[in-house]
Amino acid sequence: MTDTIFALSSGNPPAAIAVVRICGPAADGALAALTTTDLPEPRHAALRTLRSNAAVLDSALVLRFPEPNSATGEDLVELHLHGGRATVAAVCDALAALPGLRPAEPGEFTRRAFENGRIDLSEAEGLSDLLRAETEGQRRAAMAMASGGLAVLVDQLRGEILNASARVEAAIDFDDEDDVSPWPERAAVLLMLADRVAEQLANPPAERLHDGIRIAVAGPPNAGKSSLINILGSREVAIVSPIAGTTRDLIEVPVQLRGLPLILIDTAGLRDATDDQIEAIGIIRAETVIDGADIVLWLGLPDQAPERADVIAIRTKADLGDAPDDPRLAVSAVTGDGIAALINRIAAMARSLLPPPDALALNRRQRACLCDIEAECRAAGGTGDLLLAAEHLRHARHALDRLTGRAGVEDMLDALFGTFCIGK
Amino acid sequence: MSYDVIIIGGGHAGCEAAAAAARRGARVALVTMARATVGAMSCNPAIGGVGKGQLVREVDALDGLIGRAGDAAAIHYRMLNRSKGKAVQGPRIQADRVAYRSAVQAALAAQANLDIVEGAVDALRIDGGRVAGVVLGCGRAIEAPAVVIASGTFLSARMFCGEAVTPGGRVGEPAASALGQQLRVLDLPVARLKTGTPPRLDGRTIDWSRLDVQSSDEDDWTLSPLGHRVPPQLHCAITRTNRATHDVIRASLDRSPLFTGAIEASGPRYCPSIEDKVVRFGDRDGHQIFLEPEARADPLIYPNGISTSLPVEAQLAMLRTIEGLESVVIAQAGYAVEYDYLDPRALDHALESRALPGLFLAGQVNGTTGYEEAAAQGLVAGANAAAVACGLPRLRLDRDTSYIGVMIDDLVLQGVTEPYRMLTARAEHRLHLRADNAETRLTGIGVAHGLIGDERRVHWDPRESARVQAEAVMAFGGDRSIVARIRRESLEAPDVRALDPLLAALPVTTLDELIEDARYAPYVDRQRAEVQARRAASGVLIRGDLDYRAIAGLSAEMVQRLDAARPATMGDAERIPGITPAALSALLVHNRVGALR
Repeated sequence: MTDTIFALSSGNPPAAIAVVRICGPAADGALAALTTTDLPEPRHAALRTLRSNAAVLDSALVLRFPEPNSATGEDLVELHLHGGRATVAAVCDALAALPGLRPAEPGEFTRRAFENGRIDLSEAEGLSDLLRAETEGQRRAAMAMASGGLAVLVDQLRGEILNASARVEAAIDFDDEDDVSPWPERAAVLLMLADRVAEQLANPPAERLHDGIRIAVAGPPNAGKSSLINILGSREVAIVSPIAGTTRDLIEVPVQLRGLPLILIDTAGLRDATDDQIEAIGIIRAETVIDGADIVLWLGLPDQAPERADVIAIRTKADLGDAPDDPRLAVSAVTGDGIAALINRIAAMARSLLPPPDALALNRRQRACLCDIEAECRAAGGTGDLLLAAEHLRHARHALDRLTGRAGVEDMLDALFGTFCIGK
Repeated sequence: MSYDVIIIGGGHAGCEAAAAAARRGARVALVTMARATVGAMSCNPAIGGVGKGQLVREVDALDGLIGRAGDAAAIHYRMLNRSKGKAVQGPRIQADRVAYRSAVQAALAAQANLDIVEGAVDALRIDGGRVAGVVLGCGRAIEAPAVVIASGTFLSARMFCGEAVTPGGRVGEPAASALGQQLRVLDLPVARLKTGTPPRLDGRTIDWSRLDVQSSDEDDWTLSPLGHRVPPQLHCAITRTNRATHDVIRASLDRSPLFTGAIEASGPRYCPSIEDKVVRFGDRDGHQIFLEPEARADPLIYPNGISTSLPVEAQLAMLRTIEGLESVVIAQAGYAVEYDYLDPRALDHALESRALPGLFLAGQVNGTTGYEEAAAQGLVAGANAAAVACGLPRLRLDRDTSYIGVMIDDLVLQGVTEPYRMLTARAEHRLHLRADNAETRLTGIGVAHGLIGDERRVHWDPRESARVQAEAVMAFGGDRSIVARIRRESLEAPDVRALDPLLAALPVTTLDELIEDARYAPYVDRQRAEVQARRAASGVLIRGDLDYRAIAGLSAEMVQRLDAARPATMGDAERIPGITPAALSALLVHNRVGALR
């Protein structure tokens, strides 16, 4: 027997409303236990008073979705509560006390939807990203995935790989049929296909959307790194003091600027020599962070800046005096001068690092599958041995299978017999 | 009267089944409607091809009949895909129909423990839920604990030629309708398929001088290492249909049972009738026809490529538009056959019925097509019928060791939607499953199952020990090994011979086999690793009595598909077509939960 699970499905309270979902065979029973009246009609909203041990918990809008026509494929009940913390907590406690009910594990609703065949693997992954989406950009990328953006790409790839397999297999199994030609364009077609997959792979990965673009704020001691982070993050996170070497450890501040997810990383001041061992360790870590960052805000002298393209050189403490010939962007954490311009520069640079809006953002697993497909198509196009071309295409079909759904031998044969007039 | 094993049908499946069961020591009765038709080739008298040739070599490696009988009767040898890798080269012969039948009958006559009984089987005898024998049309009963049905297209068969419909499986021979009725009553899953055959031509009325000739291969390869070529070899010829031919066909479509709806069953996509070709590929201006001799002493010609069920007049009009056939005479009109087959998903990997233990099915009755597919199933069914009757170990061949294993796995898990033909594309381990290493792959398994006769042992034992020794010599030395050098330096057979006296002494076929092994070794290793990984991941057993309806999350369609095929492991379940990843995970979850309780 399947457990019945429940969870707060909307964001953290407090909020105007909070939606608690109950999923599984005991969902209707749970609703009946909380309300003393009849169950509402399926898919009709009804106002009900929720009680536990005679105590009134809330007056809530309730909905029932009987299996299999629910988001998870199982009986599903939604409680739309008033979104106070205490109300939500009380309802969840009351549900947990009912027999056969337990709080859902993370992702368990989606997993049930997947296991019940309501969504395929790429949709499931898109959905989980959607639930985690915090910024507008993340939400759009997740929507593209959940509404089958990846499925469309995979369908195209599947069509072309099946067609290529069919042509190669026809040349092997039906060599003596006069309708079957040797297909001299094999190399060109397959290499072009590999290039197209590579193009998709060149799109920045989805992880940056979820985890944020990493921006290292670096420069010599006392350059004003912590002050800059504080004003960008609009809160006091880093310890700001005029003594050089105050920031010994790394401080990460997630911020949202212009709808972009960013992580500002304060680094210990970079100095050539120090007797302070703790600070020495901090400096090594800072260098690692700079290497791994997507963008570097450099607060030191221009000739000491890390040699890379994605560096924004900044002259801090602009309120202390003008420097008309300095090409660096002048900002002042005290007056706020130059901060808007800096945010514009950061946003422009960050946008180029994120997948374009509405383009597919692929996660690590999907990228790995596409990498395999690219490599196998390239190998299949590059070999002169038809048999090995077929073998590489078989592996490409397997990688497709792993990506979503399946492309078995029968699909390939359908493509083969649809294309060629086979049979003596 | 009682036997260990009864075989119903004397076609390619029945003969191999009878001989295999008898080789294992079972006392066998082969029941046929007419003794003289045992071993008959009812369609094109050709054996082998790409994929099919591998099957022939595998059956031969298990000491079956088809390879040696084929060599005894061959009048034309052709190695298909000669320019491609050995793995997809397909040995194919054109057989003298009469000589082939005689060779098979002689082999059966020489086989100990085997009787041929003439008669029509009207019913199976069933006792306590098991097969117990058969009842013949004359009322005579034969008892046996294991029965193999290898009835070909004869179950409830109907032949179509234009508007004419005749009951029967082959021209001039009756259908096995009573048995077909009983199987339907027994609630075995019966469905219909169709196949077709072209008109046979009188070769004396063909103008051969105008046609391109295809000669027999000049080298001396044979289907079986125990066979040899019998001169003289004959020629085939090639001609084509043209626009005039297609016009005749289009004008007669309203009289073709394929298009009037008289035939509802599906035919094979890889062997479409000429009507189908013209309708589906209307843009092609011609289709190739191979003119293949059927026998040395008989002028009959098989025009390969124009299977048809048009009315006889239309067949003749169509033929006479074709180059070289302008004044041809039809010796026997083409026709389509519609016949019963039993959904092979009702069988296990031994080809035994799950519903009726002791009953085995082999050949076209399982929805396959072709002599080679039939022979291979016959051998497996016969070997396993003997196992049931005599308490011997079962014969189970896997996908990674043989085409036979691929075919049986496909049949019992995927079922068929059209007559099933072997293609190399079906074998994921194709690089290793070659026609040239069938002996290495299978004869040892045959020895272990008591399927190999003395004559083959005398040939195989020394071959295998020399091969094993040579393999060790070639693998020795890591990066400097001969295997590594064959790949790196593209060494050919003469180069390899020069490297070691032991290799110099090897027979040509053995050395070629080892060199081919070396060439594809990295790919074969990768496939082996895949197999290992899959075995680990998918070896999870599924209970035989599992009620799929009780599994949360399985749709009605998934339940039906799983129920029809009854997979034994998760790996089997993965290969059932249409099973969604969601259904697999639901099954896996259910299995895990069951294991925990």
